[in-house]
Amino acid sequence: MAYSEKLIEHYENPRNVGTLDKGDTSVGTGLVGAPACGDVMKLQIKVGPDGRIEDAKFKTFGCGSAIASSSLATEWVKGKTLDEAEQIKNTMIAQHLSLPPVKIHCSVLAEDAIKAAIRDYREKHGNRPAEQAAE
Amino acid sequence: MKGVYEMSSLQEMKIAADGQNRPKTPIYLDYQATTPTDPRVVEAMLPYFTTHFGNPHSRNHSFGWEAEQGVEKARAQVASIIGADEKEIIFTSGATESNNLAIKGVAHFYKGKKNHVITVVTEHKCVLDSCRHLELEGFEVTYLPVQQNGLIDLEKLKAAIRPDTCIVSVMAVNNEIGVIQPLAEIGKICRAAKVYFHTDAAQAVGKIPLNVEEMNIDMMSISGHKLYGPKGVGALYVRRKPRVRLEALIHGGGQERGMRSGTLPTPLCVGLGEACAIAQREMGAEAERLKALRDRFYDKIREQLPEVYLNGDLESRIPGNLNLSFAYVEGEGLMMGIKDLAVSSGSACTSASLEPSYVLRALGVEEELAHTSLRIGLGRFTTEQDVDYAVEHIVQSVQRLRSMSPLWEMAQEGIDIKSIQWAEH
Repeated sequence: MAYSEKLIEHYENPRNVGTLDKGDTSVGTGLVGAPACGDVMKLQIKVGPDGRIEDAKFKTFGCGSAIASSSLATEWVKGKTLDEAEQIKNTMIAQHLSLPPVKIHCSVLAEDAIKAAIRDYREKHGNRPAEQAAE
Repeated sequence: MKGVYEMSSLQEMKIAADGQNRPKTPIYLDYQATTPTDPRVVEAMLPYFTTHFGNPHSRNHSFGWEAEQGVEKARAQVASIIGADEKEIIFTSGATESNNLAIKGVAHFYKGKKNHVITVVTEHKCVLDSCRHLELEGFEVTYLPVQQNGLIDLEKLKAAIRPDTCIVSVMAVNNEIGVIQPLAEIGKICRAAKVYFHTDAAQAVGKIPLNVEEMNIDMMSISGHKLYGPKGVGALYVRRKPRVRLEALIHGGGQERGMRSGTLPTPLCVGLGEACAIAQREMGAEAERLKALRDRFYDKIREQLPEVYLNGDLESRIPGNLNLSFAYVEGEGLMMGIKDLAVSSGSACTSASLEPSYVLRALGVEEELAHTSLRIGLGRFTTEQDVDYAVEHIVQSVQRLRSMSPLWEMAQEGIDIKSIQWAEH
């Protein structure tokens, strides 16, 4: 399969690989996908006192497109508020990486991972707005 | 001509231009997908494109006779490697056609009297699809399961044979996991039950000794390009005593004893024959060399990486195949990291269907492990340097991808992945 240069670059030099302390109240963790389906993404965000995502980390089991999609997702969420990060759509990821049609599900999974991480963070804070939750 | 096609040229080409003793990349490790045509085979074929170009079926001039001689010599060479008579060899376009002809041909001939076919779940798609097609026509098909090692249970075969069974089709060697089915035992069972035994031997001919008499095989499919011959040619062995009756798929001038019409592609037939002759001479030494390389590969991988699982039996296996699951690392993601190596994967991501390998699933390999499998095929032109280079790169890539794998992380923390409620998608 022919992949775009951007995709290969993300696969070879993935951004933000790692793990944040999921017990930390400022951290939200999303774990999506399934081993039996061949891809699992774990995406974590750390929300700063200003309500913006100050750090993001990922680990992914999956094909090159899945790894690149999650790497890009962590890059994009950094510096955004939760509401802004929620606006990231799979189509934007797919377009940026020029994903071939059979790999669109990888970008869907990356969007799901962002949403799951945000949901986890919000649940930890009783679903209060992020600015208050971070205080 | 000599010099261009000398045996050593392929090996020499592998030495990198910088003169270092590093193999030339990419390295081909996909010998079960196809093999390069042996330069000696190409050399034998060449005159039949230009000087001996006659139609082998032309009876009235020397051009036809020369071509016919080439074809008949090839027929004898193909027969010889499987212990058959040359009159029992039908040239086809490849193993897919041979399998179609054997299974549909016999079934169609006996339709109405014998409507039952037996095959195995791990067969090649062309066998399974031929059987599906027969089901649509009203035949009944039994798909035998395989054991965890990939081999069929002979008792299950015995139990499946019915008075109306016309053919049993069991592959000699599996294309994904390289396991060798117990052909002689299957042949004995089929002969005793008076049922035709067909075997798809595309991956077996030239790799393991085969004898249609000793193994009671009634039909055997052979492929050119899996044994260092050209693509586009194959053969079907059809027993004459006791005679196997089958209906042709391709009708026309009545060539190949009416079983397969069409002008024979002389150069391709000659190539298949030469490939068989070379394989017959060199099989023993080649198998020994490949087994040593295979063991070196497997041992080095296991020394350096935990949680690597071999799919399929190790003992009853051709020497040139390894099928390994690298737990917690998805197969296509891994292949992207080892782009200097041409291998193939049982992962869903490499197929159009998004389902992991049906062969691995049939062995009972869990889906998550099936997604992590690589098929590594070694062959005639694989060197020790190739193996060492490949191992080094696979190990590096697996280690890197495991460090990025959430499943590996969970496993290290002692979390049972099966205890997690995954959302299937």
